Amino acid sequence: MSIDKDKIKHTAKLARISLDEKKIDNLSKDLSNIFKFIEKLNKVNTDNIKPLSSILDSSLRTREDNVTDGNKRDEILKNAPNKNEDFFIVPKVIE
Amino acid sequence: MTDLTKNSLNENVNLIRQKKIKSEELTLAFVENIKKGKKLNSFITECNDAAIASAKNFDKKPNFDGLLPGIPIAVKDLFCTNAVKTTAASKMLENFVPTYESTVTGNLWSEGAFLLGKLNCDEYAMGSSNETSFFGNVINPIKENTVPGGSSGGSASALAADLTPATIGTDTGGSIRQPASFTGTVGLKPTYGLCSRWGIVAFASSLDQAGPMTKTVSDCALMLEAMVGFDPKDSTSINKKKENYSKNLSQNIKGLKIGIPKEYRVDGMPKEIDDLWEKGKKFLKEEGAEIIDISLPHTEYALPTYYIVAPAEASSNLARYDGVKYGYRSSKGANLIEMYEHTRSEAFGDEVKRRILIGTYVLSSGYYDAYYLKAQKVRQLIKNDFDSAFNNVDAILTPSTPSATFKIGEKKDDPISMYLNDIFTVPTNLAGIPAMSVPAGYDKNNLPLGLQLIGKPLGEQTLLNIAYVIESKSNLKQNISKWWEK
Repeated sequence: MSIDKDKIKHTAKLARISLDEKKIDNLSKDLSNIFKFIEKLNKVNTDNIKPLSSILDSSLRTREDNVTDGNKRDEILKNAPNKNEDFFIVPKVIE
Repeated sequence: MTDLTKNSLNENVNLIRQKKIKSEELTLAFVENIKKGKKLNSFITECNDAAIASAKNFDKKPNFDGLLPGIPIAVKDLFCTNAVKTTAASKMLENFVPTYESTVTGNLWSEGAFLLGKLNCDEYAMGSSNETSFFGNVINPIKENTVPGGSSGGSASALAADLTPATIGTDTGGSIRQPASFTGTVGLKPTYGLCSRWGIVAFASSLDQAGPMTKTVSDCALMLEAMVGFDPKDSTSINKKKENYSKNLSQNIKGLKIGIPKEYRVDGMPKEIDDLWEKGKKFLKEEGAEIIDISLPHTEYALPTYYIVAPAEASSNLARYDGVKYGYRSSKGANLIEMYEHTRSEAFGDEVKRRILIGTYVLSSGYYDAYYLKAQKVRQLIKNDFDSAFNNVDAILTPSTPSATFKIGEKKDDPISMYLNDIFTVPTNLAGIPAMSVPAGYDKNNLPLGLQLIGKPLGEQTLLNIAYVIESKSNLKQNISKWWEK
């Protein structure tokens, strides 16, 4: 399937990546080739095959609901590009 | 005086244990090589001073209890290291300094090792030539202007050039084994869940595994033993007793059944690789193993499956890089959404963007069943192929890669020809089973080639033992001229 420029723009919007017009052309070409390659899978009969999402046989472990960690405010904020006391700062979201 | 940096890891561990050398002496020797090795661009962050200080501390009060007493080790820059910058070779994390340590690196330090530096790799481990790094491509010490493979290219380059005595990488589709093969070193991808993923920058969570990269097979056994272990912080960590891979390393492979899958003989593969494969079979037969022809019928679908599953998981994992909590933030954008879009556009490289877009597309409404669900079903068939093969064989022997290393820039503009590098390594990640690459010969241009061994779940010891036979019978003398020091 060819991935045209509109599909690239829509997908980039979903992925929150802004793209230059001139990059979109290249991406459209690359992704069309890649999808042609992965569409080989359509040849495989997968009737009655269960999708594999994890190679581990058992389901994920659970643990007791105990507090094992905490009081890490400073560590959590340490790498923030913009912060103020106890908060991450982001561009204004409420008008 | 002998050059300590040319020794195997085991030799240096023994010298330290026997008090014949000090950790400081060893560390200084590697630091010297690192300073002379800048042309290779294998390091993103050097920890020379901190490593020398750690070595002095060790010498003051030596403790020989661990597996790696007083050994400096540089690691792929995908492992979070406490208070040491961890970049994943991306502009996004250029200035990220973790406040915690990954479980696997923490395990190495508990065994007596300490950090020598952080090694270059493909950006977020997405690449097969180490050309996608924000910090520039890495050079293969084997030959000027050739790639070291990827994504653990800095690890392979630093190891082959004697800049670190051993190292660790991560392998999502071949990122340990392909660079090992390209640089004439040993690399092992363990069973999914054997090494904790906690504190490793995530690429594709159902495929990622950390593993050792070393000069010899017995070094590989030692490093693996130091890395593994159950970790409650990784929900997919396997809870089992640690094995003593070093002690149980043996060349006795008598009676083992080795499968040769016909689907791994691909069109256009150089004759030397076919010859090498034959040589490998001969070696194992001579030691009493039985060679059995097998079929893994869905092999040709592994790469297309991988290029749906891995980008899908990557697009989800990389959604966290939003310029808010850590990492790069763009100064552009009038509102929050625009800030996200500019941040991710400015700080992710082309290959990462490409994969995020593939992943977002295959997961998007209307396409999920056709791509993602289909790929998960084919993934099951690929796993079934291995399951039935292992009813009849103990391990599988294949080439590691369809070619030797290639020139920098040669495949950069053609994503598919780059992806084909991983044609022999990807199936094992999809099936979650262990595999390793061991050097076995050279192509006609004298470039190293590796053979791959694939094992049953938790069959690492069998792989190490078979690789030990191949290593000993190939008896290669790696002789790299240190052209980069001139």
